[in-house]
Amino acid sequence: MGMAAADDQFHVLAVDDSLIDRKLIERLLKTSSFQVTTVDSGGKALEFLGWHGSERNMFNETSISPKNHQEVEVNLVITDYCMPGMTGYDLLKKIKESAFLRDIPVVIMSSENVPSRITRCLEEGAEEFFLKPMKLSDVNKLRPHMMRTKFKNEIEKPEKEEKEEIEEIITIGEADSDMEQLQTAQSLQQKNIDNDINNKRKSMDEVLSPDRTRPRYSDLTVMSN
Amino acid sequence: MERQAAYLRNALFDQGYLDEQFLQLEDLQDETNPHFVEEVVKLFYTDSVRLIQSIELTLKNTPRDFEKLDKIMHQFKGSSTSIGAKKVKKECTQFQEYCNVGNVEGCIREFQEVKQEHAALKRKLEHYFQLAREAR
Repeated sequence: MGMAAADDQFHVLAVDDSLIDRKLIERLLKTSSFQVTTVDSGGKALEFLGWHGSERNMFNETSISPKNHQEVEVNLVITDYCMPGMTGYDLLKKIKESAFLRDIPVVIMSSENVPSRITRCLEEGAEEFFLKPMKLSDVNKLRPHMMRTKFKNEIEKPEKEEKEEIEEIITIGEADSDMEQLQTAQSLQQKNIDNDINNKRKSMDEVLSPDRTRPRYSDLTVMSN
Repeated sequence: MERQAAYLRNALFDQGYLDEQFLQLEDLQDETNPHFVEEVVKLFYTDSVRLIQSIELTLKNTPRDFEKLDKIMHQFKGSSTSIGAKKVKKECTQFQEYCNVGNVEGCIREFQEVKQEHAALKRKLEHYFQLAREAR
């Protein structure tokens, strides 16, 4: 089988200036078997991610110094929106503008339900937007985002055979509308390879639906031949 | 003792001191984290002291700095929400409404309510945790 087993724990970087909320999110994430690192600001988050404000990092095959690459792999960043200094939105922007970091899925939390804020974040590349306080059921929705990125990284492996097999899987289950794509596990892969922005745009109705987040499947089913 | 603890806990919900978020906290407590709820509540009370002091100082020195008052209260309300402190949260919202309309007297008055609810809940939760501990 060409796929790497996803046995390693996913590592989440949680960013929140509130001490209580950091404790909560840490517990929520650990309960869901994620490895967690919490920081209290966007600046510290970027530091942890190994971002040093320049794009030369991505061209380094071997690091010059330990700080020029991401020391620890981070599979998802979850950040509060309202923070002093660098907001969650600012952090999201910096991550998505960095060739080095942009593939890391980012999720935003906020205590306020402001539609324009939500749209802005999704348009900037956030995977999802959650209303605080987060619940266990919300945290369960994080895994697909991490698996998708991990899967995408598998696709970029040099082995041609593996790549062909995977491309076959991707073309199965192409859906017509952007919204329908979100509903099926198979089209998940397709969506990730192509343009991200269109796929993440969602209607206000969906956003403000009772369960507060975009409807999501919870299992990633990969079809193999 | 166990029955007393359960009774007090239920009363806190029935009387509107706590909401579903407190249940979320309880769900996160287990054998690996047997004191999680108490830890979070303790953290809340320690952390909120500085926020309360900050509001007090602002009301004293620059009471018309509604933007600042609102900002601090936003943080305080957030933490209160996170532990399920229903009545405290309600008073926080009221306070913010006074900020929005620029009512200094309203803010000052309402802040007393916030502190009262904050203190009342602390007493009740401390009592509850004590009973729960003795019941173990």
